[in-house]
Amino acid sequence: MSALSGAGATSVAPRPMGESGLIKRPPSRLRSALARFDHKVVPYLLISPFFILFAVFGLFPLIYNGVVAFRDWSLLDPAADGWAGFENFSRLVNDEKFWNALTNTFGIFILSTIPQLFLALIIAALLNRRLRAQNFFRVGILLPYVTPIVASTLVFSQVFARDYGLANWILSLFGVTSTLGGGLVIEGLDWRSTRLTSWFAIALMVNWKWIGYNALLYLSAMQSIPKDVYEAAALDGAGAWTQLWRITVPMIRPMVLFTVVLSTIGGLQLFTEPMLFEQNAQAATGGTRGQWQTVAQLIYKTGWKDLNLGYAAAMSWGLFLVIVIIAAINAFLTNRLGGGK
Amino acid sequence: MSTGTPGSPSDIRLGGVPGRAPTGVRTDSAPRRKAALMGRSPQDTAAGAWNYVLLILAMVGSAFPIYWMFIVSTGTDVFLATIPPPVLPGGNLVHNIGVVLGYATEEGRSYNNAQFGSSMVNSVIVTVIVTAAMLFFCSLAGFAFAKLRFKGRDTLMVAVILTLTIPSQLGVVALFIIISKFGWQQQLIAVIVPALVSAFGVFYMRQFIEDSVPDELVESARVDGASTFRVYWNIVLPIVRPALGVLGLLTAVGAWNEFQWALIALGSGDHPTVGVALSRLASGNYVKYRIVLAGSLLATLPLILMLAVGGKQIVQGIMEGAIKA
Repeated sequence: MSALSGAGATSVAPRPMGESGLIKRPPSRLRSALARFDHKVVPYLLISPFFILFAVFGLFPLIYNGVVAFRDWSLLDPAADGWAGFENFSRLVNDEKFWNALTNTFGIFILSTIPQLFLALIIAALLNRRLRAQNFFRVGILLPYVTPIVASTLVFSQVFARDYGLANWILSLFGVTSTLGGGLVIEGLDWRSTRLTSWFAIALMVNWKWIGYNALLYLSAMQSIPKDVYEAAALDGAGAWTQLWRITVPMIRPMVLFTVVLSTIGGLQLFTEPMLFEQNAQAATGGTRGQWQTVAQLIYKTGWKDLNLGYAAAMSWGLFLVIVIIAAINAFLTNRLGGGK
Repeated sequence: MSTGTPGSPSDIRLGGVPGRAPTGVRTDSAPRRKAALMGRSPQDTAAGAWNYVLLILAMVGSAFPIYWMFIVSTGTDVFLATIPPPVLPGGNLVHNIGVVLGYATEEGRSYNNAQFGSSMVNSVIVTVIVTAAMLFFCSLAGFAFAKLRFKGRDTLMVAVILTLTIPSQLGVVALFIIISKFGWQQQLIAVIVPALVSAFGVFYMRQFIEDSVPDELVESARVDGASTFRVYWNIVLPIVRPALGVLGLLTAVGAWNEFQWALIALGSGDHPTVGVALSRLASGNYVKYRIVLAGSLLATLPLILMLAVGGKQIVQGIMEGAIKA
């Protein structure tokens, strides 16, 4: 780099003036000052918007979040403003609500990530053929991706409603009934009343939303597998299914790893679906007994309903730690499963 | 593993030799089809009937919730309580939409306080500004990283990529405090400014510009005395238009659908975005789904339109972005 310093610092800099022979006016002082400015400063100006915005709205909040977590910071009581030490953190460790939310987050995460990525692989394999109307299928599979999560969650909210919900109508066809607390018998299930059923409903929404998107990621990886890999493997006499699991999936392992990490980060921060599944959508309680309250929801409730920002910040750090650990474990497991070292 | 499917070994061996496939490979009998697969990459193999059936099922699964959204939003309470549930739309769509937008009342109750109508306008404002700024800033920075030489360029590019791994959403409490200090609370600017430029966008544009803008073109413009910005405006921008389309669509989808930060920043204020307004419609002791879903339908329509017009580019953006990342 040092050899390139000075006027020639950019590869695309104008050549020294006389050389091209096309310059009509001799360079004035102002012009050369402007040229220097154009080469030395302008590149930094062009990239500065990203760094400025990231510093102010990305990095600084993350650091500042750490500071807030060590303080008493309540929107209700601005007078209670001081250092709290580790108070927020020790409270977090003993907070039943936090552990409950963590359990829910994990439960929903597992019910959504595993079927999601599995089905995405299958759909990617189905798309990875010589197809008529190829674009129709690829675009159609993205319909859930472009639908606002708020809107789709409200549809599923209706589907899983206790009364007149579509899911319960289907269950009623199979004669499923359940008895509620007061002895009332309904057709189907009271989806919101128990942990497992509410987890299932929310996981279904997450699956619906992300299967198509992940399928396209897998498809793009599948299409960059060299074709001769399949020629070489043909002698084994492998069928389509075997070919998928023996050749295709191992070949796209980096992409599988990528999607696992991506859905871990996204899944553990799940917010919109559990929020809008609630019949009172801004309550953030995650059901009458918090049976589906996720950590992101609890952070929102703590910070903006209970107005305790200091504690909410500490919770964010707790969640951050969990995400890092789980993402690392998942990446490790995926690598092992795929036969990596 | 392979013994699970029928097919004689001789069939398999025949098909396994590339370029010497038996003449019958195009027929649909199971052993022959299987034989046809051998030695070929999947994308060179024509999809069979089951392949289409399963894909169409996947399409139905994708579209059904949106269709159901439409059905519910056309209904009356009686219509929606019928058993079996209605398959075709009812005739109440105009009324339900009227209620959502505040033109009609429902049993004497007005839904005006959700401010759904103005929230659509707000979301359009946010989406347009964010998308335009994103395209401008990301292509400028991408151009600088791809075609200009300056000290620390490579280090800075790595820094951009590294920021992708930081879950900045976790700083949301502090971000809220900062926004409040700026006095932006419950103003649209709070959801606009933090979204004006993204690391993914810078990275995506850099890759595209590096691959598609010839160095000689930039250099000759420089020789003619064009400034950096002129080169960007007259040479780079026209070439990268397809990439701008892709990034623009992905950004617009994301901006329109943003919910968590919008709820925190705009909460109970007078300028909700569409997601926030929908969550207000769905808040209350008794949710009328046909009203709420009429609103959801209005919120979803612009995106379905975008997918219909720019679907190919969105697909391309997701697939390319994945390969490059």
